[in-house]
Amino acid sequence: MSSKDTNEFVKFVLVVDDEEINREILGMILEGSYEVMYASDGQEALDTMRAFSDILGLVLLDIMMPRMDGYQVLEEMQSDPSLQKIPVIVLTSEKGAEIKSLKMGAADFLTKPYDRPEVILARVRHSIELYENTTLIQSTENDSLTGLYNREFFFNYCERYTKHNPDAAMDAVVININRFHLINALYGRHFGDKVLCAVSNRLRHVIQVRGGMACRYDADTFYLYVPHLEDYEELTNNVIIGVTEIIKDGDTRLRFGINSAIDTSMEIEENFSWALQACNSLRGQNSGTYAIYDSEMKEKAVRCARLMDDFETGISERQFKVYYQPKFNIKGNEPRLSSAEALIRWEHPVYGMISPGEFIPLFEDNGLIQKLDRYVWTEVGRQISEWHEKYGVYISVSVNVSRVDIYAHDLIDFFVNILTEYGIPADHYMLEITESAYTDNSEQLVNTLQELRALGFWIEMDDFGTGYSSLNMLSVLPIDILKVDKAFLSNIITDARARKMVELVLDIADFMEMPVVAEGVEKEEEYHILKKLGCDVIQGYYFSKPLPEAEMTKLLEERADDVR
Amino acid sequence: MTLDDLKNIGVDTEDGMARCMNNEAFYIKMVNMFLADESKFDALKSALDAGDLASAFEQAHALKGVCANLALTPLQTRISDITELLRSHTEMDYSDKYQEVMKCWDELKALA
Repeated sequence: MSSKDTNEFVKFVLVVDDEEINREILGMILEGSYEVMYASDGQEALDTMRAFSDILGLVLLDIMMPRMDGYQVLEEMQSDPSLQKIPVIVLTSEKGAEIKSLKMGAADFLTKPYDRPEVILARVRHSIELYENTTLIQSTENDSLTGLYNREFFFNYCERYTKHNPDAAMDAVVININRFHLINALYGRHFGDKVLCAVSNRLRHVIQVRGGMACRYDADTFYLYVPHLEDYEELTNNVIIGVTEIIKDGDTRLRFGINSAIDTSMEIEENFSWALQACNSLRGQNSGTYAIYDSEMKEKAVRCARLMDDFETGISERQFKVYYQPKFNIKGNEPRLSSAEALIRWEHPVYGMISPGEFIPLFEDNGLIQKLDRYVWTEVGRQISEWHEKYGVYISVSVNVSRVDIYAHDLIDFFVNILTEYGIPADHYMLEITESAYTDNSEQLVNTLQELRALGFWIEMDDFGTGYSSLNMLSVLPIDILKVDKAFLSNIITDARARKMVELVLDIADFMEMPVVAEGVEKEEEYHILKKLGCDVIQGYYFSKPLPEAEMTKLLEERADDVR
Repeated sequence: MTLDDLKNIGVDTEDGMARCMNNEAFYIKMVNMFLADESKFDALKSALDAGDLASAFEQAHALKGVCANLALTPLQTRISDITELLRSHTEMDYSDKYQEVMKCWDELKALA
């Protein structure tokens, strides 16, 4: 009947008495049910409590002790936030001491000579339960579907475990089911639940064999805290078998992220966040079922965090540079400079030149992208006006408008202000909006773009061919220019069908009287094919890579007549 | 030392045993542990000799607690007697009382 044998987590009780025999007797009574610690005076008791405050379930405190007595201990506990909540049962034979102790925060008292052991155990259990009900254990400890711990208790118990076994090398493992939403969608929720239970049953088996603990973190993610393993082959296979027994399509359905031999001085959540990162690194990959968090991932995480931190400084110190990739009109005999696309680069003081492919996804995740876009838009306005002053021509420049920008209430005002401030005609300021933004199919997007068009701005649909817009959308949406993605052109030299596809797109655009810009043109042959097929404008390394401001100025100086 | 030995000199072994979850070996071990340490009695005597009633009370009180837990009834009764006198700061000659305590103590010691 001993709860110590059956409970997954043992509760700790501290016995404080200056008399060894009294300690021994209480210990003897309690140790069948609890993990018992001892202190022989008040100071030692406080030291022990502070060291184990988070795993201590109860203190049995003798009142009459030399040097520091029980009252002083109670007083100290009340003034220490980490100890305030630990329940105390005082041990006393003095009449009146009970009342005083209870007034000082004790939960209960036991008289000397001690009551029968069963009375002591009942009162100890009662005080612990009372304490847990009011503080820690407000909800159920377990996930109702799988019976594993839920996340709150899991982290709590991991920390207690480590505190109790400070020298044990531990691994933090995150397990995720690949495309779980598809399992649910294809086979129904009931089947999905079956899969979840299969995974948890295997995990329970793992911790029975190896020790540690497991929890269901959220829908299809499990966390496992186990004594360190050098080789994960066996463990991962063991868990995977549980799933393949149910879904027999041979697919590897689980991925594991492992933070091996964790740094226990760090928060447990942080250790698991690294395991999660390792797990996420496997997303979309078909090879490999587990990834171990390593220094490379760590560096990447550090670098990302650093880039986000440095964003504001980057803006204020103008580390972000606008580059211009020229677009050439190929309708006539000779290609002529027609316009340019503004692109962003980051000249980072430590990391050097960083490509937008690295920082834009980062900034899109947290909204910084809006500030960056507006920085570019303003800079482009200033530049168009400067070039106009120098060469007497307005060169059209297109800027990228992110999906999130569209929904800002002051978007139109912002663009209009740029035109006003720099005296630029609207038709020389072009806005590129990625195809995938249109698939939101939002009324607001359409309205905003229509309004901008009415003001004279040109709207380019960027990355055409990478999203999923249907062709009939092209006739409905407010678009002036179609920008065909590089992916569309990749095989046009060798593949007749690919060529035919481009031809079709060009025909459609022609029918809708929409000029087409082909992006990512790198080879002379591509240029010739596109020219032959009737493409209007070409952008790509074949003509020019993106140019820093000074070089673009030079090009414009040479070709000002092209755009006149 | 057996339970009967203790019972013969008036120890309430049933009470003491119950407190030790009826684990005889453990109970006997505790009694022996108590008997192995005479220093507290020495400390009590020193305090009494010096007339330091507060300190004597603490010593007597502690001894009383242990005796009660082990149900060493004869010794416990005599120590309780002293403890109560000390609690009320009774100034008197404690040597007779102390002798009575030590007589019980020696009786127990003889069993060890």
